[in-house]
Amino acid sequence: MIELIGARAVQAIEAVGRWGHFMQDLGRAFPDVGTWRGPTMVQLRRVGVDSLPVALFIAAFTGVVLALQASYTFTGTVPLYFVGTLVGKTMMLELGPVLAGLALAGRVGASMAAELGTMKVTEQVDALETLAYDPQAYLVLPRVIAGTVMFPIIVALAMLVGITTGWLTSLALLHLSTPEFLKGLQLFYKFKDTWFGLFKSSTFGFTVTLVGCVVGLGTYGGAEGVGRSTTRAVVYSCVLILVLDAFWAVVLL
Amino acid sequence: MIRFADVHKAFGAKVVLDGLSLEVKDGETLVIIGYSGTGKSVALKHIVGLLHPDAGEVYVDDRAVSLLDRPGLTDLRRDIGYVFQFAALFDSMTVAENVALGLKRRDLPEEEIAERVHEALALVDLTGSDARFPAELSGGMRKRVGITRAIALRPRYILYDEPTTGLDPVTSAVMDRLMVRTREHLGVTGVVVTHDMKSAYTVGDRIAMLYEGRIRQAGTVLEIQESDDPVVRQFIEGRPT
Repeated sequence: MIELIGARAVQAIEAVGRWGHFMQDLGRAFPDVGTWRGPTMVQLRRVGVDSLPVALFIAAFTGVVLALQASYTFTGTVPLYFVGTLVGKTMMLELGPVLAGLALAGRVGASMAAELGTMKVTEQVDALETLAYDPQAYLVLPRVIAGTVMFPIIVALAMLVGITTGWLTSLALLHLSTPEFLKGLQLFYKFKDTWFGLFKSSTFGFTVTLVGCVVGLGTYGGAEGVGRSTTRAVVYSCVLILVLDAFWAVVLL
Repeated sequence: MIRFADVHKAFGAKVVLDGLSLEVKDGETLVIIGYSGTGKSVALKHIVGLLHPDAGEVYVDDRAVSLLDRPGLTDLRRDIGYVFQFAALFDSMTVAENVALGLKRRDLPEEEIAERVHEALALVDLTGSDARFPAELSGGMRKRVGITRAIALRPRYILYDEPTTGLDPVTSAVMDRLMVRTREHLGVTGVVVTHDMKSAYTVGDRIAMLYEGRIRQAGTVLEIQESDDPVVRQFIEGRPT
């Protein structure tokens, strides 16, 4: 039993050491702009443009559901224009960033872990090194930058789409007028609602891409290893998004 | 010159290199032979700093590889071409892009990069394959592209990891001829890891047998062929016992 605890403790310390080492290497690669500039443009497109449909799809239906659930909850005791308040606040503060983050953890994080994992087990990462490229600068930094920059942009659009579908649902199914919905939307609005959601999503983007890269580059064991890494990247990313979500709520709200 | 000085390397409890000492002289092609899993590829990876020894040191032109920082390692790798066992081509890039990638790292003008890619592909009889993707190539062609990627850099050293493994006899002979041609045309120092004795005799100036983590015997092709060491004899003759 003691041996098991000791072994687990050593594993945990080693994992922390590996992450620390990885972050140090990442920082060291940052001045190598010539190497990461080109691949970053490719990743910005992949992470941003290619992820947009799934994030907007989720946001659209979330807006519909939020409006209907708000109306159901208020049951005549709360003025119906509060539907606008609830849709706006929830989309900006919580569901926009978190749902998009979780969806992109599945899409972006998994794809990065699988891609880098395959490169690792087929020696493509070693080949890059022998061609005098730093994998941190060529593979990792572009992905992490793209995630950090593009997640807030995607989430901003998701917020917009979610609020729009919430408004359309209110018009069509709840018989709320546009001025009433807007009144509710503006009622308790603070600029902090927006930047809090966007800042949070930026940290989600950083986390999802970093986890995808770390787990992907740590892959071993062929196709089975790539599968293991992909699953691990998604699970770690989702857990970390939820932990970060709570952390920022405690720290910033 | 490349020099292994009492190199030890273990992965967990498994000792792979156990006091490996070996020299590769400038201009020669040294072939490292040995059973599968005896650490031949591990030894090769120490030369370019992909692995670091637990003890001992590898020197390339008197540079201690494990002590080099990132810029030092980058400089070292500019002098070395590495041909991987399964080519390790970048799937998402065409043949020409694969070959050009290392050249772009050297800040050469685009025209010179294109010219060198063309020249290198011609040397391995792959002219016209520039726009194809690795998935569209046969095993032998992929290996030739791997060699092209290394020689286009005009390195001082080329390291070949199992260049003929998995190839049919004719394609293997083509690869052997290519390695000889590369040495003759470019005058590079080569280290070839293989367990294909026909290939070893064709391309090697000297042969060293790695056994139980250290060099069992090193000598000219003739010396190895006439060796009376039972372990070496068993290996080169391919006898089961």
